[in-house]
Amino acid sequence: MLRVDASLVLGRFELDVALEAPAGRCLVLAGPSGAGKTTVLRVVAGLVRPRHGHVACGERTWLDTERRIDVPIERRRCGYVFQDYALFGHLSAWRNVAYGLRELPRAERRRRAHELLDLFGVAHLADAHPRTLSGGERQRVALARALAPRPHALLLDEPLSALDARTRAAAGRELASVLRETGVPALLVTHDFTEAALLGDHIGVIDGGRVIQHGTAADLAASPASAFVADFTGAVVLTGMAAPGADGLTHVVIDGGGELLSTDPGSGPVAASVYPWEIALARGDDGRGGSAQNRLAVEVTSVTHLGNRVRVGLAAPQPLTAEVTAPAARDLELAPGMAVVASWKAAATRLLKL
Amino acid sequence: MSGPAWFRALLVGALALTVVFLALPVVAIFVDAGPLDLVRSLGDEGAVEALRLSLLCSSIAVAVIVLVGTPAAYLLATRRFRGRSTLMTVIELPLVLPPAVAGIGLLAALGPRGLLGGLIEDAGLQLVLTTAGVVVALTFVAAPFYVRQAQAAFEAVDRSWLDASRTLGAGEARTFLRVAIPGAGGGLVAGLALAWGRALGEFGATLMFAGSFRGITQTVPLAIYERFSTDFTGALALSAVLVGMSAALLLAVRLLSGSSWLGGARAAR
Repeated sequence: MLRVDASLVLGRFELDVALEAPAGRCLVLAGPSGAGKTTVLRVVAGLVRPRHGHVACGERTWLDTERRIDVPIERRRCGYVFQDYALFGHLSAWRNVAYGLRELPRAERRRRAHELLDLFGVAHLADAHPRTLSGGERQRVALARALAPRPHALLLDEPLSALDARTRAAAGRELASVLRETGVPALLVTHDFTEAALLGDHIGVIDGGRVIQHGTAADLAASPASAFVADFTGAVVLTGMAAPGADGLTHVVIDGGGELLSTDPGSGPVAASVYPWEIALARGDDGRGGSAQNRLAVEVTSVTHLGNRVRVGLAAPQPLTAEVTAPAARDLELAPGMAVVASWKAAATRLLKL
Repeated sequence: MSGPAWFRALLVGALALTVVFLALPVVAIFVDAGPLDLVRSLGDEGAVEALRLSLLCSSIAVAVIVLVGTPAAYLLATRRFRGRSTLMTVIELPLVLPPAVAGIGLLAALGPRGLLGGLIEDAGLQLVLTTAGVVVALTFVAAPFYVRQAQAAFEAVDRSWLDASRTLGAGEARTFLRVAIPGAGGGLVAGLALAWGRALGEFGATLMFAGSFRGITQTVPLAIYERFSTDFTGALALSAVLVGMSAALLLAVRLLSGSSWLGGARAAR
């Protein structure tokens, strides 16, 4: 369990956060750039010292400004994956990984570094220098390096943002399984909600130096605490198995039940995403006859008013979110427990290969 | 290269003029001093003494500069504190001091009746008119070249490298030795070359502070000056040797910093 409770002032920027990340779980801090996400990671690692604060990892207290405890960075054992990966340019990949293994004897150090590179599928690049590696390869070496000293906590700063769209999905999937396997608490920072939804067990939305809401991705999308969170959460994601259909559209069998159509090509496991404002709601069978190809019978789980719009949480059976206008919500008399039909166009459904 | 013909001609003309003007004196030295003169002057005992002194004193000066200047430059590059820019100006000041002023300044500070003269005497040291004095003068004029360059090189090292090193369990000292220095490698070597070149050519401050005594304080530039009025050919020959030494130094540094273990850090960015 990683516990952070810190406040600091940097120029005109004020940060005030309290977070908890259980062991073996990944807490994602998501928010726009300049929200203070990276600063939180730097406080945990000890690279920034807050004026008031308390940081503890399990039984170990790393920072307690009241008791004047401030464990030096190098003794905290925080694995840190930097945004640009920060691989040492003068060292080969395996020497980068071995850098944190100083306590081991020489031969052992080399063996363990190669073992870790092998684990991430880049053993053949052990002698390569960082400048010759691709973004995806650098990310793997950086992860291997951060995990090498068996850290007590793992901190990841936008670990996928330096990758191109094609490698990002694969790297994200790998990262998610690594985070589950390490068994240490992980704190990951991203500005991308889809990334947060895929990687995080729990998401904290941070803006202006404060955590404004936290919960699972579905919670946040279905009942955002503010218009900012509603906009930030963006598309909702449903996972399923895709296969090309005879009608030229891709058919996706949703995990848990139901089927949807997309104009995107795809086959095998996919994440289908759709924006809440693309989803129309109707009572009973009223949704028939329109141009929308996707129709799912769903149950309303929550209704959240945000000014002139309303966020509607749905169970489909995977959580789904619709956004309708306030008058429409009144006409439909939306309430939790109600059965409705959610419909949206196949052309509004994006598919991401998993 | 595009643009109108007259402008192209102007650029080419300016470059040609620059190269000819800067290279001509160097070429002239080698043309005027024939190979025979060179060999003969190298056989001259005074010339050999001067060469030995120049190499010895400049090596010691550069070693001192690197040993003290590297951590000092690192501090200036990585920390922000009050008075930092004032300190930087103080360090750069010797760059613009006329050599004669530097010599007088050193005498006023370290001479027998200087600010620290008593202390130095009590310690049993003699700087003025000694070989040690030459080292002091060379260090004084050459140090700013290295420190400035080293500071810029450390500033160019990615901060996240230093942070990453710390999170991987390395303390500040280890981070400095294992990440910052290799990371700044190319820039540090370039600074070293600049400082060494400056030290080899130093004339004014050495003459004022240490004098020009054969075998004790007479470095190559001083020996050239001494010969200049009586033995022009000898002066030319010694000049040719000095030019050769400086060029060899520059070349060695270029080759070193171009090799992978030093250039790697810069190429990675």
